[in-house]
Amino acid sequence: MNEYWSALAGGLLIGLSAAVLMVANGRVAGISGITGRLLQGTQAATGTVFILGLVAGPVIYRFFSGAWPAVTVSASWPLLVIGGLLVGFGSRMGSGCTSGHGVVGLARLSRRSMVAVATFMFTAIVTVFVQGLFQ
Amino acid sequence: MRRDVVWRLVATLASGILFGVGLSLSGMLDPARVRGFLDIAGDWNPSLAFVLGGAVAVSALGALTVRRMRRPLFDDSFHLPENRVIDGRLVIGSATFGVGWGLVGLCPGPALASLSLGLPATALFVVAMLAGMVLHDRLPRIGAGRQGAGSGSNGLETGRSS
Repeated sequence: MNEYWSALAGGLLIGLSAAVLMVANGRVAGISGITGRLLQGTQAATGTVFILGLVAGPVIYRFFSGAWPAVTVSASWPLLVIGGLLVGFGSRMGSGCTSGHGVVGLARLSRRSMVAVATFMFTAIVTVFVQGLFQ
Repeated sequence: MRRDVVWRLVATLASGILFGVGLSLSGMLDPARVRGFLDIAGDWNPSLAFVLGGAVAVSALGALTVRRMRRPLFDDSFHLPENRVIDGRLVIGSATFGVGWGLVGLCPGPALASLSLGLPATALFVVAMLAGMVLHDRLPRIGAGRQGAGSGSNGLETGRSS
């Protein structure tokens, strides 16, 4: 039960984050977009500040809950590199990731985002399934 | 206006913190949980559907509010994507992203946020992810594009909004 409540509460906070950025600054809270532009050197100030806030999140969580959030990585190092490359390249090519297309795009009823979310959910599910066959 | 610049940064910081705390609370930070959510044929853990559901619900309130505003609180105009073209880049890029997400269980937000835990594995993933982003921008043909310096300005735009 707790798992579901914390998932919902966390989701509400993520949605609030997106709503704040949209209403206050008129911008999409898309992590791959913010990070990608930061790498290009555009919108460096806001990009840096957003990422700092994002990274501070788990620290603040720990302050209130007393424990770090669980992070269990099972992937081997080569897999981490391949996965990271695919996530970075793909999210830039597809103009968004779980946050930009998922949280903001779906909320704005963007057709592009609906296609993007359906596509990456599908390939992610297939990937996990295929990996399961080899384990 | 100068004051707007400061408030924009304050709002950005608040948004980043909310996002990071939300990810931590939600369980999205844990690749094992994420992969459990994606493993619909196996030992499926559906809890993360509540993350997306809750997030989209509140974000939609923001989107509705924005529709009634002529400009955002701290800027002269909105920078929201207007592109409606569903093209190969969108589909192939998203498909590629999904494979990487499934393989490891990390997407960009959780990967960056978990840097604060100081785990070598997620740090390595982030380095590779940043390299993938730079690689995309450096390959003009395959990446097809000018992630427009000026025009860009939001996460969903391809810069192809001809």
